[in-house]
Amino acid sequence: MHDMSAQATTHHAPPQGFIRKYVFSADHKVIGIQYTTLSLVAAFIGMALSWVMRIHLGWPTAAIPLLGTLSPNGAPGGVPTPEYYLSLMTMHGTIMAFFVLTAAPMSGYGNSMLPIQVGAADMAFPRLNMASFWVTFVGFVLACATFLIPDGPPISGWTAYAPLSAVGPVAGPGQGWGQNLWGLSIAAFCVASLLGSLNFIVTTLELRTKGMTLSRLPLSTWAWFINAWVGLLAFAVLLPTCLLLVLDRLGGTSFFIPGGLVVNDKVLPHSGGSPLLFQHLFWFFGHPEVYLIILPAFGIVAHVMPTFIRKPLVGGWKVITFAMIAVGTLSFVVWGHHMFVSGMSPYMAMVFSVPTLIITIPSVIVVLVFAASLYGSNMRFTTPMLFCLGFISLFITGGIGGFFLAQPAVDSYLHATSFVVGHFHFTMGLSAIFATFAGFYYWFPKMWGRMMNETLGKVHFWLSFVGVYCVFMPMHLMGFTGAVRRYSSFVDDFMVPLIPTNRFITVFALLLGAAQLIFFYNAIWSRLKGPKAPNNPWQATTLEWDTTSPPPFDNFGGRQITVYHGPMEYDGDASVMQNSPEKSVAGT
Amino acid sequence: MNDGEKNSWKTEYRVVALASVLLVFALGFLHSGRSTSAASAGEITGTVKLDGAAPHQRAIDMAKEPSCAAVHKDKPITTENVVAGANGGLANVVVYISQGLTGNEAASSQPAQIDQKGCQYIPHVVAVNPGQHMKILNSDQTSHNIHPQATKNSEWNKSQLSGAPPLDVVWANEEISIPVKCNIHPWMHAYIVIVKGPYGVSDDSGSFKLDNVPPGAYTLTAWQETYGTQTQNVTVAAGKPATVSFTFKAK
Amino acid sequence: MAGKVFAVVVVIVTLAIAYCVMAHVWWMPVDISVHGPNIDHQIEETVLGAGILFIAGQLVLAAFSFLYGDSKGARKMKSFPGGAKPLILFACVVVGIEVLVLSFVGSKAWGSVYFTPPDPNSLRVDVQGGQFAFYFRYPGPDGKFGPLHPELINEGTQNYFGLDPDHDADSKDDIVTAGLAIPVNKPVLLTLHSKDMGHSFYVRELRIQQDLVPGIVIPIHFTAIQTGRFEIVCTQLCGLGHYNMKAYLEVMSQADFDSWLKQQAALQ
Repeated sequence: MHDMSAQATTHHAPPQGFIRKYVFSADHKVIGIQYTTLSLVAAFIGMALSWVMRIHLGWPTAAIPLLGTLSPNGAPGGVPTPEYYLSLMTMHGTIMAFFVLTAAPMSGYGNSMLPIQVGAADMAFPRLNMASFWVTFVGFVLACATFLIPDGPPISGWTAYAPLSAVGPVAGPGQGWGQNLWGLSIAAFCVASLLGSLNFIVTTLELRTKGMTLSRLPLSTWAWFINAWVGLLAFAVLLPTCLLLVLDRLGGTSFFIPGGLVVNDKVLPHSGGSPLLFQHLFWFFGHPEVYLIILPAFGIVAHVMPTFIRKPLVGGWKVITFAMIAVGTLSFVVWGHHMFVSGMSPYMAMVFSVPTLIITIPSVIVVLVFAASLYGSNMRFTTPMLFCLGFISLFITGGIGGFFLAQPAVDSYLHATSFVVGHFHFTMGLSAIFATFAGFYYWFPKMWGRMMNETLGKVHFWLSFVGVYCVFMPMHLMGFTGAVRRYSSFVDDFMVPLIPTNRFITVFALLLGAAQLIFFYNAIWSRLKGPKAPNNPWQATTLEWDTTSPPPFDNFGGRQITVYHGPMEYDGDASVMQNSPEKSVAGT
Repeated sequence: MNDGEKNSWKTEYRVVALASVLLVFALGFLHSGRSTSAASAGEITGTVKLDGAAPHQRAIDMAKEPSCAAVHKDKPITTENVVAGANGGLANVVVYISQGLTGNEAASSQPAQIDQKGCQYIPHVVAVNPGQHMKILNSDQTSHNIHPQATKNSEWNKSQLSGAPPLDVVWANEEISIPVKCNIHPWMHAYIVIVKGPYGVSDDSGSFKLDNVPPGAYTLTAWQETYGTQTQNVTVAAGKPATVSFTFKAK
Repeated sequence: MAGKVFAVVVVIVTLAIAYCVMAHVWWMPVDISVHGPNIDHQIEETVLGAGILFIAGQLVLAAFSFLYGDSKGARKMKSFPGGAKPLILFACVVVGIEVLVLSFVGSKAWGSVYFTPPDPNSLRVDVQGGQFAFYFRYPGPDGKFGPLHPELINEGTQNYFGLDPDHDADSKDDIVTAGLAIPVNKPVLLTLHSKDMGHSFYVRELRIQQDLVPGIVIPIHFTAIQTGRFEIVCTQLCGLGHYNMKAYLEVMSQADFDSWLKQQAALQ
């Protein structure tokens, strides 16, 4: 086992000058803040897109203020055209899934905290880490650029199925250069993530400080470590998929386009490709992607909860960790459940259904551990703790939806209905976001050296918790009627009666959005004027709390860190830091 | 009035009359850049006939758009590839001047119009000058997506929601012809024919008229979407309408 | 205090959701197919099984939040009786059994749609999806479908399928319609194909949903047991007009169907 002291890994002096310190910095803490800030900006954009979508769904003929000026082509007079709605929907999904949910809890907090949590001075490859962030930034700029070109963003959804995404501008408005920029944006994101995974894996294996055995790793570090492996394999498939898509569009290839297609009265010259190939490639990435989003969430909740329930999690580090490994591994053999009615062999549908149902088991174990750990505890209801409780409730609800969709016979009715939209928002959009909020409120003092306002945090929590149920549960229920998703307006006989339900959802979505503004305000105000944070405001035990807020350049100020305990040494008001030679209080 | 007064009165009348005529000529001369002077503008009228039976036009079933299907429930519409009247007149034929124009003809100042009504383009064929404004209306309860598949002009595609204000379009180049489709309703079809100079589109009885044709010798072309084009020479004399007729043979 | 409020909110939310589901406030429409009851049964079983887990999970969370929060002064920490073992056991055994039962029983419902061969006397209809409408083709008296020529597709003359009746004898009597009419209580075999993008054929009442994939012809069969007019909607994002892509399914008596087909043949 390597014995790298904090001093040994400080291989250069602190950077000088504004650019080297805050812009092109190789310091993992700065990079973590850069990632987190990028996701906050992306979250705001993604949310604003959803407001326009929701208003349009509730009131399809209404003119939306400012929209006519911003988008005279896409929304003449402020009323979104069908293609404009679809382009907003596509970018909402793309920005949220990649630049918020995959970026913040993994690259944002992981970069900020993982090296400190293992007792290192920085990541294994600091300059590669800097490259990761800036390549992600380029990807984000490319995604935003789609809004500025004349034909606008693509309209094929974040899933970008071929042939719609592959045949080029002949497919109609929204399928011009926007789709190319989209492909390049996601390809950049893939490259950045692959580099990030490399850093996380090597740092966790090679740079742990003395005494930090794998069994003493904080559970958030375990989650980031397992996630990095999943990401390595998943993004390795998405990257060539995006490039093949761009080749079909610009290079005259036919990977995903069969022969004999007639689009807008033109017989296309392509032949020999398969739309199902695109779906297999995309979902081979796409399913692990949702676990890439939820595994850090598991890790954050597993890390934050013990601090506020003041006891270790049931089963210690092993149960949660092995459950996460099981989830991560199984996530690679279930992708076909997105394709039950896709034209894939119906026998394959059964083959994919079984592991999809089995993956429930480790997920249930995680939820049971979290819930059971509350038993006999003495919870401190800080904002991070409330978001952890919210996570548990939301993940139970979201996971239950999975029972339905995992069965092909049931999915043949519920596929492509708003039931699916409700399901993935609950699991990805809500549970993961609540865990991300928990992490944000928890680590904000360490990252920025100031305390956030607890009252505003609690208001944010309560409004959000009630709001998300009001917005996304009706989507599940509407799904039972067969309400179809991805429709820009409801004109079918059976969809028109659902417009009042849609309006209900829209009203609460806008209120929910307003509640998030409280969070943004709190974050910005606290960053500027919040009270200075002590080293360990939460009386936590992991290594990041044994240094200043924010930590110095080399994380520990040149001290030698030796670890004696696991990460969950809590017993009521008593607790022991991981690197304290004091006796254990929880036997970990 | 006595004789002396009558005589001076007649002179004044003559002066006023001469001045008026001169004024009219002057005004006409001033306007001759826009169109021919009122006194010498000619016109070409005529009929287009179909020799033989029109090919069977299939009925259009608009069931997928109930608000439009309701409009046609008592009188279903058919395709309009060949629209022949009871007396053999061929409608929707664009007659225009293909040779003999100076090339300086200004675009007509009257906007042309195409309306999406009952999920049909009305009219089915529209002729327009390059530079002439064309208004596109949506009079239906549903959205439409108008897609002129131009090759010599830029091809574009615009959604127009129900109740949206008219689109105002100007074409840069001549093009014979631009098929127009609705991306949302596959049965909707129309043609836009963009030509310089005077043009006429034949009505249900096959009659057409080209206005404001300066005197001269011309070649006229008649274009029909299924049968293609035919030409005829015509000479227009000042003040005398010229008549031309075309006959397309049914295939 | 916060823990108690959280518990109350969770209970209210759970009861509201349970009520909406059990009272079928938003629910499936009438089932009109032979295989439909298998799917409906499967959905009801899932509602029961998943519903119990949902309610139990939320209520346990609520109870613990209510009981174990924020008491001032020291409180002795208790650990969950049995530790992780009962949790793992519960997950593996109870959830495992539920999962396996749903898989096995569900495979029968799935099989009734996909693993049973179509009746050889089925009425055959060819279905084409294309931006943004469905068109249907009946084989006519010769019982054969003529070949398709994509380069001959001409929407302006309503040749949606690209048929060439002048040169292909089998195409001469093909009947192309904008609506899908079928006789009640008779097996129907649809062959689905796409002209351009991915589309999907979804009839809620038939409990049928099948994607139309460019480059592949996909068969699907069913028997409708109730007359009426039902919507066929596209559920695979295919472009800007996706929301407006639909057709009507009319299930009618054999006699009505025969006269409908004759009428449509005359309109070709």
